[in-house]
Parts: sequence; structure tokens; C-alpha cells
Amino acid sequence: MKHILIVGATSAMAEQSARLWAARGDVRLVLLGRDAQRLEAIAQDLRVRGQAVKTLTYVLDFESAVAIGALVRTVTQVAPIDIALIAHGHLPDQPACEGDLGLAARELSINGVSPVLFAEAIAGAMQSAGRGALAVIGSVAGDRGRKSNYVYGAAKGLVERYVQGLQHRLATTAVRVTLVKPGPTDTPMTAHLKLGGAKLADVGAVARRIVAATDAGRPVLYTPAKWAIIMTVIRNLPRAIFHRMNI
Amino acid sequence: MGRSYGDTALNAGGLLWATRGLDRFIDFDIYRGRLTCEAGVLLRDIQHLCVPRGWMLAASPGTQLITVGGAIANDVHGKNHHAVGAFGDHVRRLILQRVDGTVIECGPDLRPDWFAATVGGIGLTGLIEQAELQLRRVPSPWLSTESMPYGTLDEFFDLSQRSEADWEYIVSWIDCLSGSLNSGRARGLFMRGNHAPLSDGPSPRTKAKRVPLIPPVSLVNPLTLRAFNASYFHMGRWRAGYSTQHYEPFFYPLDNLRDWNRIYGARGFHQYQCVLPPEDSAAGVQAMLAEIGRSGRGSFLAVLKTFGDRAAVGMLSFPMPGVTLALDFANTGPDLERLFRRLDAIVSQAGGRLYLAKDSRMPRTLFEAGYPRLSEFHAYRDPGLSSEMSRRLMGE
Ligand SMILES: Cc1cc2nc3c(=O)[nH]c(=O)nc-3n(C[C@H](O)[C@H](O)[C@H](O)COP(=O)(O)OP(=O)(O)OC[C@H]3O[C@@H](n4cnc5c(N)ncnc54)[C@H](O)[C@@H]3O)c2cc1C
Ligand SMILES: NC(=O)c1ccc[n+]([C@@H]2O[C@H](COP(=O)([O-])OP(=O)(O)OC[C@H]3O[C@@H](n4cnc5c(N)ncnc54)[C@H](OP(=O)(O)O)[C@@H]3O)[C@@H](O)[C@H]2O)c1
Repeated sequence: MKHILIVGATSAMAEQSARLWAARGDVRLVLLGRDAQRLEAIAQDLRVRGQAVKTLTYVLDFESAVAIGALVRTVTQVAPIDIALIAHGHLPDQPACEGDLGLAARELSINGVSPVLFAEAIAGAMQSAGRGALAVIGSVAGDRGRKSNYVYGAAKGLVERYVQGLQHRLATTAVRVTLVKPGPTDTPMTAHLKLGGAKLADVGAVARRIVAATDAGRPVLYTPAKWAIIMTVIRNLPRAIFHRMNI
Repeated sequence: MGRSYGDTALNAGGLLWATRGLDRFIDFDIYRGRLTCEAGVLLRDIQHLCVPRGWMLAASPGTQLITVGGAIANDVHGKNHHAVGAFGDHVRRLILQRVDGTVIECGPDLRPDWFAATVGGIGLTGLIEQAELQLRRVPSPWLSTESMPYGTLDEFFDLSQRSEADWEYIVSWIDCLSGSLNSGRARGLFMRGNHAPLSDGPSPRTKAKRVPLIPPVSLVNPLTLRAFNASYFHMGRWRAGYSTQHYEPFFYPLDNLRDWNRIYGARGFHQYQCVLPPEDSAAGVQAMLAEIGRSGRGSFLAVLKTFGDRAAVGMLSFPMPGVTLALDFANTGPDLERLFRRLDAIVSQAGGRLYLAKDSRMPRTLFEAGYPRLSEFHAYRDPGLSSEMSRRLMGE
């Protein structure tokens, strides 16, 4: 029985990924979130989708280092974690953050510090067990700071650097760490962009690629794939041109 | 999913609720074949989950890319209506959310009046939030099928009658350009199928194709149609006989041709689907084919099928005993409406009705005559909900 831990399990990307894992059957899915009722509705659905699917749900404070450490220890006591996905995040209101440092701090914390603390705890547990596949969702927004959302981008940039460090540290072990960088995707996080007519990727397709990349232990996944090219261009634009762009 | 052909799921200038996010399963009792799920789950997802475990939707229409809520709200029917009834006959429970916040749970044995109003109730009694469905057992995803040509309507009715007891799935394609050749003639292909025991045949190739662009004019016009219908008929006649088919291509032939409606060009098409009571069905179908022949236009997805005798669950359900004819026509504007008026006259004289899932134009009088339980229905409407269709046909 595979042991799979999903952090931020109510995220649309996480839920779609969990469905793919559940459909394989014979898995124990541990779902972490902040709303017990919503977690249970998802757990119920996952139990129907596969044969011999067991679920466990936990509610915790995602910004408490102590709670994160304790939870990962509890989960690993049952069995070593085979696969983990860290998915939570929140798209901040950039102008509001500029005028409210408290808000900026909270956004940096939930999008940056919180996921890397989970990553640290899980990677450590996997290293002790000698195996495991960990995927962390960053974002294309982490590739270069832009005026329209650099609070979010900076937090995602922290995730990227942290994952690089873990990859370096674990390179000689059997533990694999994957950084997922989605482009704009159709989920509740982007509902307001969709109303504005933005073209968004299908979350089911994004999840299929997340699951495949995690299984394969790929170090970095851009999804949809075209974002790898787009972001290479954006990262390499000379400052003089970049600064004239309204993005 | 917006798969209805008419204006039942439209609300121009107003708010439209997209229900696809309600896509969670709630419970699957694999011993009794009972599935509870939210109303935005697609029929395809149910089939993919349940068929490998020996269960299948008891009734499903010609596409599986629709939601459970849409299937209930139109009380959709499949090729096995004569054997098992419509979708609503297999719903055990519904949870209905009204705009004012009330929640109503109903089923055939619990507030049956609310149930009868909601099944086939085109979304006007509230939002269906979840449903419990009774599935049917299947030994495998395979069907044993037989297809054969027929040359007259009498032959069609005769084949239907003789097949109903022994064949669960029956449908026929009719060449609606052949009816005008001389009366009594109407060639077509008759198809029937039954569930087959486990076979180790290969799964079908399901690579979806897509119509890549919207052509400037309809590719379906009198010239292409005559050629298409003739070759389809002759191919079918040539290939007639027995075969084993996977349920997906047999039940849902269009689902692998994404955006197939684009072949009709930017002006789109109309579908016209009626049911005629048994006494008048032969003469009525004949008269309709003659009208279509006279109009010089044809339909390429023309389907003829008999319904079973059971009373429908819903007050506004479409199925009733008799024969149903479904036709697609490229939208050519006012002269198409003139043809529809002549077809309406035949339907109305026969005491038949048009299918709300396919309609965007029927006169209110035809609606009222075709749906005698309408007066009963009004009491169950959610005053917070209306649609283009409800405003057109019910005045609000
Ligand atoms: C290729 C093709 C083949 C077809 N073949 C058949 C066939 O063989 N037999 C048949 O009967 N039909 C057939 N249809 C019609 C189709 O089955 C119906 O139109 C069906 O209702 C569409 O479901 P939907 O989920 O797209 O709903 P929509 O078209 O989006 O909505 C249909 C109605 O249901 C209501 N509704 C939807 N969800 C809810 C909810 N959660 N709560 C309350 N009301 C709701 C809407 O308000 C609307 O009135 C076919 C359609 C296509 C495209
Ligand atoms: N959608 C995109 O376009 C896009 C693009 C690039 C990257 N991403 C990243 O992809 C990941 C998944 O996002 P999604 O698109 O699936 O969005 P989503 O459906 O909105 O999910 C966001 C998740 O984050 C959780 N969350 C937010 N704030 C939290 C907090 N303070 N404490 C605990 N949990 C919190 C939410 O929990 P609740 O359900 O309890 O609110 C939810 O599980 C995120 O890391 C996001 O940054 C998304």
C-alpha cells in the first residue's frame, strides 16, 4: 500500500492529483488542510474513486513550525511516506500588500515559509527512510520579480531556491524532489482572472503532468510545457526592455 | 455542460450557474450498485468508474459528456427506453437546493410530487445538488450487436416490435431523403444490441478527433447530404450483420468527434425531436418525411426509435409511448422555420410533443398541448429561477 501525503489537499490542483493517485487503488492518502468538512468531502470522493483507498485527514495551522514538525512525525510513524505533494498557496492582492506590511508578511509566510518548512520536514523523513518522492508547487511567477505580483513571486522564488538546496543535498540518495511551476491554471485561485477573459490551463491536465513528473522524479516541471520557453524569454529580457513592459 | 440544443440552459443577460465544480462522488455501494454523487459529475466519469466494477448507468443518452443534473433535468432517454425507461426511472434520491436556501430531499418514495416536478423539470424547481442512482449490472464493457437495412417504415415498425422483447438496445438511422421517393418507402439501418459476456477483444481506440475550424458555409447541404445518406446506407447494408462492440462507440458515437457541430458552419443548426403516439406513428412519420422531402432539405443525423409503454416519472418528461424522430437541420433561417411549422402541425394533430432539450422555437400552444401536466408543475417552480426557455414557453 502506497503512503501519500498531500499538504493543502483542498487545492484544486492537489485534489485532481489525488484523484489520479486514488484511481490506482491500494493507497493510503493523508490529507492536510484547514477545514475539516471540506477535507472530508474530498476524502469521501477519493475513497469511491479507487479500490482499497484509505484516507486520513488532519487540520493544522500551516504557519506553525511546531505543528508542521509534529504532524510529519505523526504521519511517518504509521509508515514511511512514498509520495508527498505540497500544494497550498494564496494569490495576494499586490497593491494591498504594498500598503500593508502585515498583510505582505502573511502572504510571504503562507506562500514561501510555510511550504518550505513542510518540505524540510518531509524531505528529512524521506531521507531517514531512504526513499520517497516529494513535489512542491512553486510558480512561473517565481522566475522573475514583476511589479504586478512580486510579493507572491518572491515567496515562490524562495520555494525554488529551497528546493534546489534539497535536491543538491539529496542528490546521492534515493529521495527525489520535484519543483512544479504551473502557468495560469483554471482553479478557484484564478476565478477572478477567468472573469476577465484570461486563457487558463485545464487543471486536470496540469494534475496529470504533476503526477507523472513526481513519479519520474523530474527535478523541474513547467506545466503547460510552453511556459518553460516563455519564462526563458522573460528571465533573459534585458532590464531596459523589461522595465518598459506592463506585466 | 450546456449540451442541450435549445435555450433550456441559456439565460442571456442574467446569471448562469456552472455546475461542473460539483463533481465529487459521495458513495458507491458496489454490492447493490448504488452510486451517490454531486450533480456536476459527468456520465462519462460514472461509466469509467463503474464499468470495470461490473455496473453501468441504466439509461444514458447519445453522449456521455453531460452532467447528472442535466440528465435528470431533461429526464434523458437512451437506446433502451423500451426496456428500462428513462434516466429518472433510476434515480432513488435527489437533494434540491432552492434559491431561498431551503433544501428539499425527494425520491420516488419521499415527497414524490417534488420528485416528479424535478425530474424533467428543466432546472426550474431548484438546483439539484446531489443524486443517488441505481445502476445496472453488466458482465463486461461489450455488446453483441446486429445491424440490418430496412426499406419501408412498415419494416421498421415490424423489426422494432419483434426486437423489443429480446434486445435491450434498439435504434435506427433513417435516410430522410428517401421518404419522398414514393410513399411507403423509407430506407434506413436498424441496429440492436445486448450486453455480451466478458470478451477479451481489444479496447476501442479512443483518440478523439476534432473538427478544426468553423467553415464559412455549412458542409451539410442538400448536395452533400444526398451523397452522404446514399453512401451511409449502402455502407451499412454492406456491413450489416453481427458484431461485438465496446459500449462507448455504440452508445456515444459522436463523443470522439469533438466540436462536430462545427460542420454546420457559423449559423449552426437546429434539432427537431418529436414523439408521436402509437396510433398515429406510422402515418405521422410518413407525413413528416414527405414534408422534409418536399422542402428539399434533409437531415443527416436522423434517428427513429420506439419508446416503451411505461409512464414517465416527470411531469414534463419527454418520453411517452410511441415513436420518436430526431432530425438535425442546418440553420437556413426563415424557410427552415416554415418547414418546422408544417412539422409542428403533424405533431400537434397526432397528439405528440417536442423534446424541450432540443427546442428553441416551438410555439407556446404546441408546448401546452404536448405537456398536459404543465398546470401541476407551476406550483413547484423556484421563484428565484428562470431561463430563456421558461420565459419563452411559460411566460416567466
Ligand atoms: C451528441 C448528443 C446526443 C444526444 N443524445 C440524446 C439522447 O439520445 N437522448 C436524450 O434524451 N438526449 C440526448 N441529448 C441531449 C442531452 O442529453 C440533454 O440535453 C442533457 O440534458 C444535457 O445535459 P447537460 O449536462 O449538458 O445539461 P445542460 O444542457 O447544461 O442543461 C440542461 C437542463 O438541465 C438543467 N440543469 C443542469 N444541471 C442542473 C442541476 N444541477 N440542477 C438543476 N437543473 C440542472 C439546466 O437548467 C437545463 O434546463 C444529446 C445531446 C448531444 C449533444
Ligand atoms: N492556479 C494557478 O494559476 C496557479 C499558477 C501557478 C502556481 N499555482 C500554485 O498552485 C498551488 C495550488 O493552487 P490552486 O491553483 O490549486 O489553488 P486553490 O484551489 O485556490 O488552492 C489553494 C490552496 O491553498 C490553501 N490555502 C490558502 N491559504 C491558506 C492558509 N493560510 N492556510 C492553509 N491553507 C491555505 C487553500 O486552502 P482552503 O481550501 O482551506 O482555502 C487551498 O487548499 C498553489 O501553491 C498556487 O500558488 C497556481
